[in-house]
Formats: sequence, structure tokens, C-alpha cells
Amino acid sequence: MHMLKIDNLHARVEGKEILKGLSLTVKPGEVHAIMGPNGAGKSTLGNVLAGRDGYEVTAGSVDFAGRDLLALEPEERAAVGVFLAFQYPVEIPGVNNTYFLRAALNAQRKFRGEEELDSMRFLKLVREKLKVMQISDELLHRAVNEGFSGGEKKRNEIFQMAVLEPKLAILDETDSGLDIDALKQVAEGVNALRSPDRSFVIVTHYQRLLDYIEPDFVHVLAGGRIVESGDKDLALKLEEQGYAWLAEKHPELRKADLTGVPA
Amino acid sequence: MTNAPSPFVRAALDAAAGIPATGIAWLDAARRENLDSFAADGLPEGRSEAWKYTPLRALAQRALALADRGAAGALAVDATRIALPGVDGDRVVFVDGTYRADLSTATTAGVTLLPLAGALAQNPEPLRFALANRYRHGAADAFAHLNAALAVDGLVLRVDDGVEIARPVHVVHVSSGGQADTAWHVRLLLDIGKAASVDVVEHYVTLGDAAQLGTVVTDISVREHGRLGLVVLQDASTATTLVRRTHARLDADATATVHVLELGGALVRHELQADVNGDRARFDSRGVFALSGRQHIDTQLEVRHQARDTASEALWRGIADGRSRGVFRGAIVVAEGADGTDASLSNKNLLLSGQAEIDTKPELEIYADEVKAAHGATIGQLDERSLFYLRSRGIPLSQARSLLTLAFCRAALESLPNEALREHLGDLLVANLPTGPAAD
Repeated sequence: MHMLKIDNLHARVEGKEILKGLSLTVKPGEVHAIMGPNGAGKSTLGNVLAGRDGYEVTAGSVDFAGRDLLALEPEERAAVGVFLAFQYPVEIPGVNNTYFLRAALNAQRKFRGEEELDSMRFLKLVREKLKVMQISDELLHRAVNEGFSGGEKKRNEIFQMAVLEPKLAILDETDSGLDIDALKQVAEGVNALRSPDRSFVIVTHYQRLLDYIEPDFVHVLAGGRIVESGDKDLALKLEEQGYAWLAEKHPELRKADLTGVPA
Repeated sequence: MTNAPSPFVRAALDAAAGIPATGIAWLDAARRENLDSFAADGLPEGRSEAWKYTPLRALAQRALALADRGAAGALAVDATRIALPGVDGDRVVFVDGTYRADLSTATTAGVTLLPLAGALAQNPEPLRFALANRYRHGAADAFAHLNAALAVDGLVLRVDDGVEIARPVHVVHVSSGGQADTAWHVRLLLDIGKAASVDVVEHYVTLGDAAQLGTVVTDISVREHGRLGLVVLQDASTATTLVRRTHARLDADATATVHVLELGGALVRHELQADVNGDRARFDSRGVFALSGRQHIDTQLEVRHQARDTASEALWRGIADGRSRGVFRGAIVVAEGADGTDASLSNKNLLLSGQAEIDTKPELEIYADEVKAAHGATIGQLDERSLFYLRSRGIPLSQARSLLTLAFCRAALESLPNEALREHLGDLLVANLPTGPAAD
């Protein structure tokens, strides 16, 4: 049984077609890495799956554990188990991090018909997860992401994921802008959350995150489609050779699709 | 050009005819002259700069009788309706402008809490300075004239020199909402002694649905080294019209901090004026006005620095939803010789619907040297990126909007030291926020 099945997905942003027939199937427990040149549609994929306004799906379907994901509001997608770790987490002054996270968890639980957590039980949960992520609890008392360093923001994303326990986590270039120590911490957090019931789609521009999070599958996204799939060796080949070699196999791709430079 | 008096003016003149003289010559003269000014000038019109954004044409057509004092004096008021968390000091209650001894207390040593009539009977002379005011700005002062002529009830609050009052005094203005098309008027005099300290909570509630007008004129004097913390919670019904003027005078080293939360009312005007008269005195004001439906709330802040090394900080937030209209004018005047003044003014506003409107106008007038003054005003909308971030974590749209709106207002309320009251104000604000999708 699949967890996520994307079939022939087409999507537009500001009138421009970015995804052009993307298909991808993810089974429970699998980790899929999606790599590709700039402008290939990597971030668009995460935003479409999370339901961001302004991303218009023109064709295709996304099935998430038997549901039509595209028919759900963003908050409903979260409640059924989809989590997007943002490439650029948003700073929200005036909203306390802990309050935000509890409101989010309880909103999800309410949607699923589960009992909401009181503050005692919530704090107990948070303390357990803090240990996993090695986050200082000082961050919890601050406003959401406000004044966080780049590394703190990304760790906060993974920490939120740990608390919300999604079925499917999409990491949108979570490694960008991180130094090697922060990268390792994020990877450790992700690895601690791997389980037979939880799947990951890791969108990344660089191979180096995959040194620490070992993927089951690696895909190349170019020209709005998955054009190549393989195991982790594919990532190493991309690291060594770039994307140009794909032109021979896929004559339909334009040069710009593989270099990330507009023609 | 002389127009026939409007129904509003005619009704006010009728009401004045029914008010007996006090027998205090200067007071009766002041009432009469203020009434004459009101009759001559009428209500301000659109060409008056001070009232440009708050049209009174509809009000001018309403003939409002004075609220019946007998009924106001007998009306049952549920104490739980007016109780506030964190406000546990003496309480003074007015119902439709009538002082209610049965609902009021005066138990704190060092504080005098007297109904206006009682204070006048005891010794009118100390009240003369405030009550003999003639207000010289023509129609722009119409409601001050009206209040001076018609407010027979009120409160005199005095804190003796050196006395620090820990528990906040609760001044409640109850509109019965039971006497349709009536008006009530209350006069408040707060005199904070040298090195004295007190917190006052001015609280507006409505019980019924009937449309009423209330006017309140408050004169505040804070003496050397005195301190006043004033909280204004305006939670009247959306049928209520309220016109308030609060004027504070600060002597040397005195401080006053005002927090305002405007939630209710159909048409609300608040003129908050401070004369920072003494060296090193400080006047801070922070407020939130949150409007929806067809509400109109107009705040006119004016801080006048008249002495050296004085300071003021004004931090105001406005939210307008539905077809409401918010108005904010914030003026800082630094007089000649008021060197070393440090003043700042910020007014940020959030439009939650395409039909709502906010007019904001910061003004600086500086006639002194060596002044630090900053001001800014913005009007914006909820940040789509933040909304999506919250929703992507499972928070429904309506809750996400409330959360962000409350966060937007937080800066104006977070400095209120009374924690229980601060939380209550936040809860009231959230309860008043729109929960539906954006109406644009």
C-alpha cells in the first residue's frame, strides 16, 4: 500500500507552468530524496503538497493514504499527517513558540477526534522531544522563530515535526544555509524520527545531507518532472557529474532545465 | 450664517431647562455659558478639522432626552457583570450617569472618593478650576460644552500626598441600554497628590440593547512625583454612542501611564490630552481599538510637552473589520523651551476587510531645540506567509487569523503590569476578533 501517490501532476505559479507531469509513489517508512537544478520545481512540489495559496494545480492527482490531498485545506492536510519543513521558516513576532505548537497539536488532535492535551501533558511531551532535538528550552519561550539563527530555525522545524508526529514529512531544502554541525544535528533529528510508519520526502540541492540521512530512493526533478530515479548512488553521481549528462538520455529537456539558467 | 438648531441641540436645551441651579454662583454661571456656547455653535461639522473623519450628521438628527435618574438609580445591576479580574479596590458605579451609592465603596485610607454633588456640598472651591472651564474652541468643543452644562453627577477622586494605593480603583459607567434615545453625562476629577500613587480602571459596559449617548469629561492632575496608572476598558454595546475627553496635567517628576482598549460602541470618540507641564514628567499612552460591523471609533491623542526633559511614548494599534472605520490622530507638540524632550508615537493598523477603513494622522510640532521625537503610522493586512505557516501546522484559518491579530496588538497591552487584568483584556480582545474568513 502506498502512502503518497502523485500522478501526472501539473501546477502553475503566477501563470507559469512549473510542474509538468510529475509522478512519484512513496510507501510507508521510505525516505525519498529529490534533487535537481535550480528552477526545476523542487520547492513548488513541497508548497503544492502543503496547499499554499498561489499554486494552481491544473492536472493530475495526489492521493495520500486513500484521500484526495488536493481537496483538503492546508490545516486539514497537516491534521491527516502531512508536514512541510519550510526552506524559509517564518518569524511570527508576538506568538509564543510553545503556545503556537500546543495550539497546532491540539487543533490536529481535535480534527482527528482525539482528546486535546492539557498543558501538563503537553509540556511532558515537549520535554521528551527537546532531548531528541538537543534544543534548549529557552527557544520555547521566545516568539515563533523570532531572532532565531538560520540553524535554530531549521532545528525548530524538525522539533515541530517531532512533536506533531506526521505520517509524511517533506523537507524543503532544510540543509540550505546550514553549517556542518547544524546539518548533522538536523540529520540526527530526522533519523531519530524514522520509523516503519513514517515517510520522508527530502528536497535538496546538495548531496551532502544524504551523507547523514540515507535515502531509499533518489530522484532527479528537472523540467517539472521526475526524469531519473535510482538509489543513493545516483546522488553521488549527480554530485560528481552534475546534471548535464541527463541531456543525452532525455532529449526533450531543454538546456535550461538542467543548468538552472533560463534560456 | 445661522441655521435652525438641530433636533439634537434642541433636546439638549430642553434637558438643561430641567436641571436645578446649584446655588454656587460661579458653577451656575459656567453651566449657563457652556450651554450658550453649545447652543450657538451646535455640533461640529465636516469642515472642522478636528472632526473631519467623524461625521455627526446622523447624531444631529436625534433628539435625546436626559436618561431618567429615578430609573437609573433603581436599576438592578448584577455585580458579576461589572467585576474585572485583578481589579479589587474601591468601586464607583454610575448607571446612565447617575451615581449609585449602593453599588459603590470608599474604604481605602488616604483616598477620597466623593460623588460630585457631595464634593460640591463639602467644599466647591478646589473644584472651581476644572468646573469653571469655558472651553474656547467653538464647535470642536461641543461635547465639552454639553457635558459642562448637563453633567450633574460625577466623581472626585483625591489621593493624599505620599499615599500609595495598591489595589486599583474601579470606576464603572453602566449604560442601562434600557432607556432608548436618552443621553447621560458624567464628570470625573482625579487629583493625585505629591508622591502619591494610584491605579484607576475606567470601565464602560452596557446592559440592554437600546441606543444611548454617554459623555464623560475627565480632568486629571498628577502632582510632583505622583504616579497614575489609568486603564480604560470600553466594552459598550454596539448601539452606544460615547464621547469622552480625558485631560491630564502633569507636574514635575510626575508620571501617568494610560492603557486603552476600545472594543464596543457604535460611534466612539476619545480625546486624550496631556499637558506635560513639569520638568522630567512623563506621559505614556498605549491602546488598541478593534472594530467590526459598522463601528466607528475615533481616538484623538494630543501630548503637549511644556517643560524640560519630559518624555512621552505613545503606542497604538488599530484593527478594522467589516465596514467599520477607525480614526487615529496622534499629535505631539513640543513647546518652546521644552528642551530635552523625548517623545515617540507609533500607530500601526490592520485592515481585515476590503470595506473597512482606517484614517491615521501622526503630527509633530516642535518649537524647542535638543528634542528627540519619532513618529510613524502604518496600515497593512495580515501577512499571508505567516497565515500559511500557522495553517501548515494544523491551525485552522480562523484561529490563525485571531492569533496573528492578537500578536499584532500585543505590544500595546503587554506593558500593563496588572497581570490578571492584562490577560483579561487579551481574552476580551480575542473574543471580539472576527473568526470568519476574510471578507473582501
